[in-house]
Amino acid sequence: MRRYSFSRKQLAIPYAVYLLCFVVAPLFVLMFYAFTNASGQFTFKNLTMFFTDPNTLGTLFYSLGIAFVTTLCCLLLAYPTAYILAHSQLKNKSVMLMVFIMPMWINFSLRITALKEILSLLEGNLAYHPFLNAIIGMTYDFLPFMILPIYNTIVKLDPSLAEASRDLGANEFQSFLKITLPLSLPGIISGVAMVFLPAMTNYVVLDMLYNSTYIMGSLIGSYFAAYNWHGGSMIALILLAIICIFTIFTNGFGSQDENRGGVLL
Amino acid sequence: MDHQANIIELKHIKKQFSDNGFVAVSDFNLSVKRGEFVTFLGPSGCGKTTTLRMIAGFEIPTEGEILLNGKDITKLPPHKRPINTVFQRYALFPHMNVYENIAFGLKQKKMDKDIITKKVKKVLELVDLEGFERRGVNTLSGGQQQRVAIARALVNEPEILLLDEPLGALDLKMRKEMQLELKAMHDELGITFIYVTHDQEEALTMSDKIVVMSEGRIQQVGTPEDIYNEPATVFVADFIGDSNIFNGIMTGERKARFCGAEFDCVDEFDEGTHITAVVRPEDVLFTEPSLGRIRGVVTSVIFKGIHYEITVESGKNEIVVQTVHAAKVGDRVGMNVDPDNIHLMVAEDNTNFFPATINPDYKLEYNDKILDVDLTKIIRGSSLSEEGRLMDSNGDEIDRRRTKILASISPQNITMTDDIREGMVDGYISNLIYKGDHYSYVIHTDLEQDFVVDDEYLWNMDDHVGLIMPVDKMSFSVKR
Repeated sequence: MRRYSFSRKQLAIPYAVYLLCFVVAPLFVLMFYAFTNASGQFTFKNLTMFFTDPNTLGTLFYSLGIAFVTTLCCLLLAYPTAYILAHSQLKNKSVMLMVFIMPMWINFSLRITALKEILSLLEGNLAYHPFLNAIIGMTYDFLPFMILPIYNTIVKLDPSLAEASRDLGANEFQSFLKITLPLSLPGIISGVAMVFLPAMTNYVVLDMLYNSTYIMGSLIGSYFAAYNWHGGSMIALILLAIICIFTIFTNGFGSQDENRGGVLL
Repeated sequence: MDHQANIIELKHIKKQFSDNGFVAVSDFNLSVKRGEFVTFLGPSGCGKTTTLRMIAGFEIPTEGEILLNGKDITKLPPHKRPINTVFQRYALFPHMNVYENIAFGLKQKKMDKDIITKKVKKVLELVDLEGFERRGVNTLSGGQQQRVAIARALVNEPEILLLDEPLGALDLKMRKEMQLELKAMHDELGITFIYVTHDQEEALTMSDKIVVMSEGRIQQVGTPEDIYNEPATVFVADFIGDSNIFNGIMTGERKARFCGAEFDCVDEFDEGTHITAVVRPEDVLFTEPSLGRIRGVVTSVIFKGIHYEITVESGKNEIVVQTVHAAKVGDRVGMNVDPDNIHLMVAEDNTNFFPATINPDYKLEYNDKILDVDLTKIIRGSSLSEEGRLMDSNGDEIDRRRTKILASISPQNITMTDDIREGMVDGYISNLIYKGDHYSYVIHTDLEQDFVVDDEYLWNMDDHVGLIMPVDKMSFSVKR
């Protein structure tokens, strides 16, 4: 009988293959399309077009606005929820948490359709409030992604830290402001990253709400629908660059803290 | 009483937790003088930390009141008390550097920035961490973090400093150093220290006054010398230092009978009182077998560096002796104890204590009879390995010969029988007292051990009886 043992390198092979096929290769294809024209020649035209066309730039800023407001709404709803949940004396905290996570398991289109029906009932015609409906739809869809990382960070905080601050003369509110809030920052950053970026591109929510709001995702979709692979790829690449910059920026915040608690589930 | 001398007074404190109804502390009365170093000592779960948290303000007592300088602070929130705490695992703020951690309390008081800087510098000197201001707390060693935690509390110049097992996470050498440093700091600053620990040596080294606690109640309050030399209860004697504990009875004026012999003693109790005798191992003196009040055979000799720890069997009594003289296993020896060194206390509800041994099959045994109990439930954290050996929580094998188990059973739970073989032990009734609704008997056994038995029926002196002792009515404590 021979016992098989794998070295670390060997164990990494499946992941490396996966990475190569589904991340690196598509990225190269994307870059190839972004910097070529319809006849396959190298060009910067797609790039310059993006930054000169007021339509694309306008959409970019509008998307940033939508994403910003959505993230803010999620944060304002999620932080108190996560805080109360983490500090509750309930024996079955996980059951309470499940109540907030459950919607994620229900089919996406079903959820949004239900939301659409409720909104039309309240507003009469969805077309009257495109911006508001976009925010409501996105917030509803992304809220669990904000609650989870924040909850996980707060629940892992040593309760004696808050006690120590109160012992040193801080009242409960000051203690929250100076200890709990800064220490839950990694969770907030994680949550923001998980909400902000998808909110810029997830136009399916808007489509299903019959919403006229036009965001980056819609823009790429329209390019691809018109078989303009090159222009669409360039927009996707620029979005990727924005995401990269954003991630580096937020990691700089998080790395001060060894205890990165913003892990999802 | 004048409140000038007493900085803090706890009166009839009771704490019952609302979620599970557990009573952590009951009828706790204590007054602490200004500048004292007081230690709450007891095993885990005895309520010492809960009491400390009530003084700090993190828990509100269910009953009773806490007075600080004569003023009621029972319900005052922690940030309004001039009391600071050093937490068990330091609780340093990880997002702040050493300076910010220490300055936290002063900033809350809106103190001037220059004054804060000066005070932080001064307190860092006190704890020997000059120049550490800009260091992140996570880059510090355990001992350094400990010092920062102490500095963070001391910089506020509290009236009372509370320390919750602050040295528990340090290694032995570091711990010893910090003990002395804390003591020196206390002497230098003159602040009242209230210290919580389960380590009796730590308590004896540092304290002016020790409060020994068990199951939420105070067992004894006294100086380290008092606690060690004159334990008030069997629990204290058992918990602090090594002790030989015997059941006995007063046989005359300043005469007590225990361990199969009569001793002169200094404590005065009425004749016939059931007593518990405590003799420290270092107070047992060896002599010629013919000259000793107790005679026995040496069963084990362990060299401990400064002294030998020798176990002698006399009848079924086991006597642990610490002496600088060597002995050999099998030696016949005589033993005497100075009257001054015999500590007698009235037996609490006359509970009978007797030593049980662990047999090679890892079953508990007394008088060659097996006590059917689960050893893993008695020795905390232990488990049986696949080979049937007993392992401790670290996975190391427990030496059954070195593990002593003290069994106890109260007199009401023992029944006497004429059928000698039915009992766990047998003996002769050597004393009986009518106690109003029942008789209290003393049974003198061949094992040189006396048992106290309560029975409502009358038996005669010198009757030969067997004692039935149900295992489920016994309780056990472990000594290593």
